[in-house]
Amino acid sequence: MTGFLAAILVMSVGALLLGAALGYAAIRFKVEGDPLSEQINAFLPQTQCGQCGYPGCKPYAEAIARGEAAINLCPPGGDDGVRKIADFLGREFVPIQGGGEGGGPKPKVVALIREDRCIGCTLCIQACPVDAIVGAARQMHTVMTSLCTGCELCVKPCPVDCIDLNSVPETLTDWKWPCPVLADGNCPAGGNPF
Amino acid sequence: MALPGPGGRQLPCGRKPFLMLSRLFSFQGGIHPDSHKQESRDAPIRQAPLPERLTIPLAQSAGKTARPVVAVGDKVLKGERIGAADDWISASVHASTSGRVLDIAPCPMPHPSGLAALSVVIEPDGEERWIEREPVAYEKLSPEEVFRCLQEFGIVGLGGAVFPSHVKLKAALRATEDLILNGAECEPFITCDDRLMQERAGEIVSGIGILADLLQPRRVLIAIEENKPEAIRAMRDAVQAADKGFRVAVIPTIYPTGSLKQLIRVLTGREIPARQLPTDLGVQCFNIATAFSIWRALHHGEPLIRRVVTLTGNVARPGNWETAIGTPIGELLALAEPRDDTDGIIMGGPMMGTPLPEQKAPIIKASNCLIARSPALFPPRPEMPCIRCGSCARACPQELQPYELYWWSRARQFERLADYHLQDCIECGCCAYVCPANIPLVQYFRFAKGEIRVRAREEKNAEQARERFEFRQFREAREKAEKAEKLAKAAAAQAAKLAEAREKAEKTAPDAAPASATTTTAASPEEAGKAAVAAAVARAHAEPVAQETSPAAPTQETEARVSGPEKAAPAS
Repeated sequence: MTGFLAAILVMSVGALLLGAALGYAAIRFKVEGDPLSEQINAFLPQTQCGQCGYPGCKPYAEAIARGEAAINLCPPGGDDGVRKIADFLGREFVPIQGGGEGGGPKPKVVALIREDRCIGCTLCIQACPVDAIVGAARQMHTVMTSLCTGCELCVKPCPVDCIDLNSVPETLTDWKWPCPVLADGNCPAGGNPF
Repeated sequence: MALPGPGGRQLPCGRKPFLMLSRLFSFQGGIHPDSHKQESRDAPIRQAPLPERLTIPLAQSAGKTARPVVAVGDKVLKGERIGAADDWISASVHASTSGRVLDIAPCPMPHPSGLAALSVVIEPDGEERWIEREPVAYEKLSPEEVFRCLQEFGIVGLGGAVFPSHVKLKAALRATEDLILNGAECEPFITCDDRLMQERAGEIVSGIGILADLLQPRRVLIAIEENKPEAIRAMRDAVQAADKGFRVAVIPTIYPTGSLKQLIRVLTGREIPARQLPTDLGVQCFNIATAFSIWRALHHGEPLIRRVVTLTGNVARPGNWETAIGTPIGELLALAEPRDDTDGIIMGGPMMGTPLPEQKAPIIKASNCLIARSPALFPPRPEMPCIRCGSCARACPQELQPYELYWWSRARQFERLADYHLQDCIECGCCAYVCPANIPLVQYFRFAKGEIRVRAREEKNAEQARERFEFRQFREAREKAEKAEKLAKAAAAQAAKLAEAREKAEKTAPDAAPASATTTTAASPEEAGKAAVAAAVARAHAEPVAQETSPAAPTQETEARVSGPEKAAPAS
């Protein structure tokens, strides 16, 4: 009988100690922020374009993490981006909504201000999510091409419609070998090669 | 099928080899393709005629593109500098003949993409007038000054990588044990180095002498494949005549012994670890044609403006031509009389060369060979499914597992490729050569390498965009907080002022009437202005489309909006 009670006592004390340790650890080592949304955010292309319906990549990542948003709302990321998030979350792959032809990622574009028409209204500067446009009131504005993500957010606010989106021409330094073409004229699409 | 490499490893890697070259070592894998060298091996080097137009690209070395230093319409002399090296890893570019600069514009490059790059187009005047050529007294100069000279003379590695030689020399300046001169020329068809060694061995050895003086190595090894007996004899005679202690090492004919890592392995038994350079092991390697051009530059004052190019393949008269840099490849290949069924041009060898879509593209410093392609010479090899025979792994001289690389490249799971060391692949083509299923393995690897490169860049850009976006948000929040604080202060100050004024007014009601009137008159225009600005802001918010109709209106309204919040907020 005493052995039985002793066992219960030992187990209860153990449970209490471990519970206290866990409770302490939960407070002491509390993770700030939301690690899941941070990780999802890392897969997003950071164009901050808002095409997903959220005001930037991080809010979209947070919405995915909360389970409120679908994972296929990011056209700049393309199918590859969806695949990465699907793999990470252990969800089914869903083809992208909107975006370029054939579900692929949209071709990269860069904004260019037609400087002879710019009136210096600063509206595009305020719209740019990555501060890639420089200029001052009544002074000509210009886009820093290397920082532009091609999000298109500057196009709408422009009162004189002087912002164009140009595709980025291929140069020798960023040219890459194409995928080998199979006998049927297509490239291997990925997935299981066996 | 896979041809096993000769013998096993004779020395564990990393162990010091003997001082004298008493034995050679071997590497894993390799192949014995049909050499096709007999076609052009016996054709002496001839001078190619000047074309009507020379197109000289400014990007002719690894690293930064040269900066053009001539203008359209300028007269240039043969050997005059037209592009200045723009960085340490960059080399100058020179006019290959005298004439007039017709244009400085993007022109098609000898590149599989056929894309254009900035080039200087020269119309030769046929007079071949040289610049003042003066030998450089390099013995009296410091190594640094010699390197600057080589950079000015546009000397780059002529083995194919066109890496500026002065950079390699500087990296190897201290602690070079073995200086290796690469005359292996292991790829089929190519005979330009073979002919150069047969005909100009003396000058090559003099060039090697300069390199040896600069680097002071313990050994100088001139590696030549055993299938070039005449070149071996000529080089041995030249070394003996010069009375230098260089050794001509006859290495077995097995592709790819001419590849840097494999050559060092064969000669020294040492293996270069991944992501390390030969200089880390005290070894430096130059092509024999580079040594030749170094001699021409320092002893004759001639910049690198010509090179020997082998024309072969499906042609009636294969040969070796000393060609001015900038000669269009189509025009040059015509000298060898390509046969009618020629269906393309390959630059470089059949194993590692690239097909050229653009016949107008020029010969550059990297062009060692042009092969006329025909269906008979290179029959189409339709790809079949992998049968997992493992031949590719046995043939791989880098000891990789090409079948694994192939599977993951094909599945586009590029992140897995790092586990199988894709970046160590030298794209020699042995795996594709032995593959019984005709899988173009190297094409898959090149494709995967390109994708990985692009992704890495995109990730970097995304990271930058994220940082900028987050900083912008932080800044906006901070500005908002600062503004709120300022407004709160101003409001408090105004309330205090009003209360004070009221108190005063109450105290001395009849006497202070004018004073009270002045305060109201002072305040009211200010308030009226604020109201007007607020109205403008409201309009600007409400009718963004209507603004487009009158071009003058937006300036005022948007101005109101830009500077609006500070002025407008107190009114609201």
